[in-house]
Amino acid sequence: MSSQAAGTGAAAATKIPAPQHRGGTLYRGREGMWSWVLHRITGIAIFFFLLVHVLDTSLVRISPDAYNSVINEYKTPILGLGELALVAAIGFHALNGLRIILIDFWSWGTRHQRLMFWIVIALWVVLLAGFAPRQIINIVAEAS
Amino acid sequence: MTTIDAPRSPYTAPAPAKRRRVNWEKWGWLYMRLSGVVLVVLIFGHLFVNLFLGTGVRAIDFAFVAGKWASPFWQVWDVLMLWLALIHGGNGMRTVINDYAHGRLRPVLLGLVAAAVVVLVVLGTLVLTTFDPCPAGAPANLVPDFCSAISK
Repeated sequence: MSSQAAGTGAAAATKIPAPQHRGGTLYRGREGMWSWVLHRITGIAIFFFLLVHVLDTSLVRISPDAYNSVINEYKTPILGLGELALVAAIGFHALNGLRIILIDFWSWGTRHQRLMFWIVIALWVVLLAGFAPRQIINIVAEAS
Repeated sequence: MTTIDAPRSPYTAPAPAKRRRVNWEKWGWLYMRLSGVVLVVLIFGHLFVNLFLGTGVRAIDFAFVAGKWASPFWQVWDVLMLWLALIHGGNGMRTVINDYAHGRLRPVLLGLVAAAVVVLVVLGTLVLTTFDPCPAGAPANLVPDFCSAISK
């Protein structure tokens, strides 16, 4: 960033260095891009879960049996891991969403978006360190 | 032939538009951020109570849900979560579709997302507002404890 900023301003005649070649599928390829990619992927995944989740919860309106039989699927080991992935996706989307808000509304946040990305990752690791043992104990206890 | 100003010439305001349109993109952008902050609280609270406290997901069954929705607090919590999250997700999907889908596919996909959001918001709201925690004829072991005090 700083090396490119040096080429702007009054010295318009100065040659601007050609961008480094990074292959066809990467846009800049740094924290800013990856946070955007992860925000999209987690957002889309959460949306599709939300569609299913509203439908399965709506079964309470049909009968206790109908709801219980479907919700029992959520307690199987495979979907137990799915819930772990869901919480991981929601955790990232939520924390990175707060980072986006700080970038958009606060000049300090715009300047330090890269630092805030790593803070998001750190908080995300702490969140999962709290939830993962809880969920894994549940999976093991339900399976045995 | 259209003429344009020379670069860096002072800004001159264009002739006032005949009618100011609502800037939907701006309000959508703002909605994502406002609803996002509220959803962080609502969904983290939802996950904490349903997946972390007690025995987590193992505790969830009809009686668990009925016990929660016996309280107006959780009814309001969940109906807010339903509306805010589905509109937030639908608008996010709209952004993604506009980025990648072209031609005839785009209106089809946008229509599908809009239909899914409307149907699920209506369905979820109806379920939440017409829910009966003690359905007639349901076995006593499947419904919350307070049902035995109400019936009979």
